[in-house]
Amino acid sequence: MITFIIRRLIGTIFLLIVVSMITFAIFFLIPRLAGQNTYQLAAQYVGRNPTRQAVLQVEQQLGLADPLYLQYGRFLKGIVFGAHYRSGPQVTYCPPPCFGYSFRSQLPVWPQMMSDVPVTLSLAIGASVLWLIGGVSIGVLSALRRGTLFDRFSMGVALAGVSLPIFFTGLIALELFSYKWPIFPNVQFVPFTQNPLEWARNLILPWCVLAFLYAALYARLTRAGMLETMSEDYIRTARAKGLRERKVIVKHGLRAALTPIVTIFGMDIGLLLGGAIITEVTFSLHGLGFFTVQAVNNQDLPEILGVTMLAAFFIVVANLVVDILYAVLDPRVRY
Amino acid sequence: MPGTLLEVEDLRIQFPTQDGLVKSVDGISFSLDRGKTLGIVGESGSGKSVTSLGIMGLHHGSNARITGEIRLDGENLVGAQPTRVRELRGGKMAMIFQDPLSSLHPYFKIGDQITEAYRVHHPDASKKQARQRAVDMLARVGIPQPSTRVDDYPHQFSGGMRQRVMIAMALCNDPGLLIADEPTTALDVTVQAQILDLISDLQSEFGSAVIIITHDLGVVAELSDDILVMYAGRVVEYGTAADIFGQPSHPYTWGLLASMPRIDRERTARLVPIPGTPPSLIKVPSGCPFHPRCRYADQTGGRSQNEVPPLREVTPGHLSACHLTAAQRAGFWKELTAAQVREDTREPA
Repeated sequence: MITFIIRRLIGTIFLLIVVSMITFAIFFLIPRLAGQNTYQLAAQYVGRNPTRQAVLQVEQQLGLADPLYLQYGRFLKGIVFGAHYRSGPQVTYCPPPCFGYSFRSQLPVWPQMMSDVPVTLSLAIGASVLWLIGGVSIGVLSALRRGTLFDRFSMGVALAGVSLPIFFTGLIALELFSYKWPIFPNVQFVPFTQNPLEWARNLILPWCVLAFLYAALYARLTRAGMLETMSEDYIRTARAKGLRERKVIVKHGLRAALTPIVTIFGMDIGLLLGGAIITEVTFSLHGLGFFTVQAVNNQDLPEILGVTMLAAFFIVVANLVVDILYAVLDPRVRY
Repeated sequence: MPGTLLEVEDLRIQFPTQDGLVKSVDGISFSLDRGKTLGIVGESGSGKSVTSLGIMGLHHGSNARITGEIRLDGENLVGAQPTRVRELRGGKMAMIFQDPLSSLHPYFKIGDQITEAYRVHHPDASKKQARQRAVDMLARVGIPQPSTRVDDYPHQFSGGMRQRVMIAMALCNDPGLLIADEPTTALDVTVQAQILDLISDLQSEFGSAVIIITHDLGVVAELSDDILVMYAGRVVEYGTAADIFGQPSHPYTWGLLASMPRIDRERTARLVPIPGTPPSLIKVPSGCPFHPRCRYADQTGGRSQNEVPPLREVTPGHLSACHLTAAQRAGFWKELTAAQVREDTREPA
């Protein structure tokens, strides 16, 4: 088991390096292959309406004229050890992990992203608890009461949940519960450490809206998994032993039906941590998703590069956790 | 403690479906004494598995309609409280299934699966006692190194070993009745005989009555005291193993016997299949359900087509549901065996 985890860890590090190469290539190599010269490339790093002087400064600062392997080495070194930027006589040190400076705010990218992480994390954790409990229990009940009114109703709602986009359900929720009946007015992020109650109260609407979409997905998945599992031979064996039906369903049925759900759950969390873009924008929550949208709008390449790497990192790590968890959950997995 | 353990009377199990009422079991009766073995034989879809699941009360939750009586030790299980049937299930009656591969839960250690079965019916047993019981049972069914293998998962066992585990699990509560539903169908031929031997050894050791369900007459020949031949949810012939193999009295049984390979015959002897396929259980043929496939159906003056043949005694304890007269049947069987002998003695070409 330990060797398995170590092997997966090494694989993950390798994967992260590949991800960094691909990301680097997207931002530095492909524009060149497309025929841009270093000046044009540098111009993109200055933001909108660049001056010639600023562009030349950036070109020199980033060393865009250097060979690509040098640039990639510097990029990687910046992430691992930090980087020194020379602008004129002064040298600024950018501590690791260094993703450079935003050209709009002139602030280092990494601390900016880190200050947004708690928002996204809060959003993802709260919503995932809601959708996991809601989705799985509705899915199980639907499977056990297949064909009844409850099943049809909940699967109908689930279909709506899957189909309705968040910017729609989110705006409806805001309109109803924030303006018409101001139960949750002025949604804004309050850090958990500052006031847990306010933290939760402010996040309830976005949690519910985000959880509605995922709960619908999970309810359908759980229902399908549960229906399949409950018709397995080993469920009949469990009944033939004389076990109580509740134990048959929960211990023997749910245990098997939930294993694939765990996989999907891990991936969904990993994906969300990189930014729940639409939810964050709808509720004006300044998380990583909001950060991404702003970065793209401002054509702030260092920011886009940084958030891309961070999101990829979350997904790769989620993947690793899921793999290990799966080996724990399913004894048939060979490691 | 001799006497009757299980009595089934006029059992009917029907499933309403969109296409009509499926009469999977249509009025069957039999009884089984303690320590004895009953073989239930028939093609797929003849209702043998549905019968066994009905006895175990495992149709609970489906839309099955069950009528008639199933008396285990005098207690009627049809219409009994589900909780009562659940207490008996696994305790007084246990079952092993066709496919040991999928019948064990893939996520739990086999020891845990056996102790779970033991502790449901022995709530006072400690974990340690239950585990010891599991190890003992594994040793009993011939699993080598049972005290270490008790912590293995089902995928670490071969098919035959898994069926042994299933048997250990079924017998850990010392049930009076063991139902084996096609216990060897999914196994290698060499392993089949081992499993059958194991069942019969354990049967004499535990004194359980056994119902063995199979489409393979060879299996029941080896184990059974009595044999019940089913066709389209009905009993067509019922008697002792000696009756069924020595003086079979129904054309369907003849067909089954002719389609069974036998070691005491020349290899050139042909296996004779029964023509046609088992009938739909929604629209069972009129009269004798076997008549569309029966060679002798036109020798009963049209009764096979129009009248359901009742089960009648051929000799005491040997029942058959056929419109042919006793003399006709004796004649046809003699002809069939003579033809077989001719075939056997013919010089190979």
